[in-house]
Amino acid sequence: MNKLTISLSPHIHSTASINRCMWNVVIAMIPALGIALWTFGLPALWVVLLSVGTALLTEWAIERFLFHRQCTLSNGSALITGLLLAFNLPSILPWWMVIIGAIVAIGIGKMSFGGLGCNIWNPALVGRVFLLLSFPAAMTTWPSDVDSAFNATTGASQQVDANSGATLLSHLNSGSSSFSDYNFLDMAIGQMNGSLGEVGGIAILIGLIYLLVTKTITWHIPVSVIASAAFFSWAFGGNPLLDIFAGGLLLGAVFMATDYVTSPMTHKGQLIFGAMIGFITIIIRRYGAYPEGVSFAILLMNSFVPLINRYCRPSIFGEKERRKLA
Amino acid sequence: MKTFKKGGIHPPENKSTRDCPIVDMPIPGELRIMLSQCIGVPAKSIVKPGDKIECGQKIAEAAAFVSAPVHSPVNGSVKKIEPTRTPQGIWQESIVITTDSENPVTNPLPRTTDEIETLSPDDIINIVGDCGIVGLGGATFPTKVKLSIPKGKSAEYVLINGAECEPCLTCDDALMRQDAEKIVKGTLLIMKATGAKYGIIGIEENKPDAIKIMSSATDPYPGLKVVTLKKKYPQGGEKQLIYAITGRVVPAGALPIETKCIVDNVATAYAIYDAVYNRRPLTDRIVTVTGKGLSNPGNFRIKNGTSLDDIIKFAGGLPEDTGKIIAGGPMMGRAISSLEASATKGLSGLVILPESESLRKPTQPCIRCARCVSVCPMGLEPYLLMLQADVKKWDDMAANGVMNCLECGCCAYTCPSHRPLLDMIKLGKQELRKKK
Repeated sequence: MNKLTISLSPHIHSTASINRCMWNVVIAMIPALGIALWTFGLPALWVVLLSVGTALLTEWAIERFLFHRQCTLSNGSALITGLLLAFNLPSILPWWMVIIGAIVAIGIGKMSFGGLGCNIWNPALVGRVFLLLSFPAAMTTWPSDVDSAFNATTGASQQVDANSGATLLSHLNSGSSSFSDYNFLDMAIGQMNGSLGEVGGIAILIGLIYLLVTKTITWHIPVSVIASAAFFSWAFGGNPLLDIFAGGLLLGAVFMATDYVTSPMTHKGQLIFGAMIGFITIIIRRYGAYPEGVSFAILLMNSFVPLINRYCRPSIFGEKERRKLA
Repeated sequence: MKTFKKGGIHPPENKSTRDCPIVDMPIPGELRIMLSQCIGVPAKSIVKPGDKIECGQKIAEAAAFVSAPVHSPVNGSVKKIEPTRTPQGIWQESIVITTDSENPVTNPLPRTTDEIETLSPDDIINIVGDCGIVGLGGATFPTKVKLSIPKGKSAEYVLINGAECEPCLTCDDALMRQDAEKIVKGTLLIMKATGAKYGIIGIEENKPDAIKIMSSATDPYPGLKVVTLKKKYPQGGEKQLIYAITGRVVPAGALPIETKCIVDNVATAYAIYDAVYNRRPLTDRIVTVTGKGLSNPGNFRIKNGTSLDDIIKFAGGLPEDTGKIIAGGPMMGRAISSLEASATKGLSGLVILPESESLRKPTQPCIRCARCVSVCPMGLEPYLLMLQADVKKWDDMAANGVMNCLECGCCAYTCPSHRPLLDMIKLGKQELRKKK
């Protein structure tokens, strides 16, 4: 007779695997990538290739020479980090800055904690914020030749941070322009300036639908981030639509905040996490020195995840009834 | 449609034997009857080699309160008493019986309707105990103990578990389609024994025929009804079933009687009917034998003590590419190490997996996707429990409620990193039980 395999139950497994989750995320990013290439052209492609290539190479080198572990590139997580970092960069960023960003994202953001599943902060955002703090000027310089909804209607110069709510809203507040000046449709389909991945709001929402349909993520984080940002934007007298579509909020809500490793474990925790990201984003956009709010908000809330996990535990079935009995 | 709220999964059903009628397997020439056939203390043999025994005769008696006697399924003689390997490879005492090939089975005189009418609740409970009936859903808890309601408690509902949420298994489905009347009569007996007012048979929506047949069988009785349940695993879990049908929550660590509910499997209800009406002790049961490569899968009525080898031969023989044989369903069943073992009261199925499906995939790091948390029907955090088991923090596991785990396997099933979550949780439970 053949050898029989012995193992504990369960003896069947769902089709879920890390690879499948990760590749689903990659697929979900394709529409936004398409918009980025359409809007910014060839330079955008270079940034993406550089960022992804460096991310993969860094992970491979660290696994191979420092950890002496099996190569883990096939699970797609380094690819996602590389793509997400590129999504967070201007298309005309000098090439060596892209490389530094990718090395920091993978090397410090992820591998220094032990690799997949161990990091506290979203690696791509660690890379992005590192670049933003190190090279603030280059990180807020956008191509001037983009035929953008903003440039067209406001005549904003290339130095204007077109995707930052703060700058935009200061325009609005100072009365130099009003919301009606902006062509919302252009904004939603990416005809505006900004980082690669954040310009195509509709494309990101298509990605979100794909992620929800494939059950890669649940609705809790993206919806709470967007709803909370919209609410606080309105509460602080801003324009919710502008705050949602004009900056990196959608990109953050759909692809960054939903990162499994750095988000809470329960739906309740995820709602709190998302709501706080929305709130902090708006606070930074209104009162902070930085135009960018989403990256900092997500990184801040990433730090709170262990605490959220501790206080938002699932309730054990029958525990309440047990206490009543006792 | 009703179901439980917290967690749960939808594994592929693979119920390929769903339309197979119940087939009686021929009685083998030799039976190896295990003395340990319930979750409690193993029974004590009361026969010796050479003894002539009759069909239905008690050959081992209950050795404690939580224990059940064992009876001979055939006429014949005791060949020897020796250890036999269980499906899990452990040696345990068994009675080997040579069947009288001329006259293998005799049926006792059934009780008359008058006799049954006059039975008191205690009489019924004693018959159930004497006939060695245990929970046939797989847990094999002695039914007598379950029906003996502790002082100060009372039963309101008898819930009959026809959910059969395990993939691949169809033995309960087949029984409900074939013997609905008898299950209903068994249910009425349980209600009488426990003083419960209502009897509800819960069946998952994927068994429309069983629902129809059981519904018409329950129609004449005002206290009885069938409830259709939404398909979701582990609906057949006692606490999940109680919640799904009545909306009541069994307190953590307590017994279902706290919610005034008694839960029994359909096969148990049938066994109770058989014991009370026909004076037949529990010596056979229906086993689903299934697997992709099997030429004759089906639902077979199998005598207690039949060797697993014979059963699989009857089902067409072991396929070439067999990699794993599971006693029970694929979610909660146990992998078998050898076919020398014999069928027991708790064997609900034999599922044969090809080699390609029998090995686990390599474990990867936890990516904290939270799936294990959202599918756990008990509201536990399997990822956390596994981390604690890794560093042997057994007390922390206890504080996180590990003892509430019903070992349904939803967490391990759904983990994209193929982590052995349930293995480590079981380890923790075992260590904690040792400590006590």
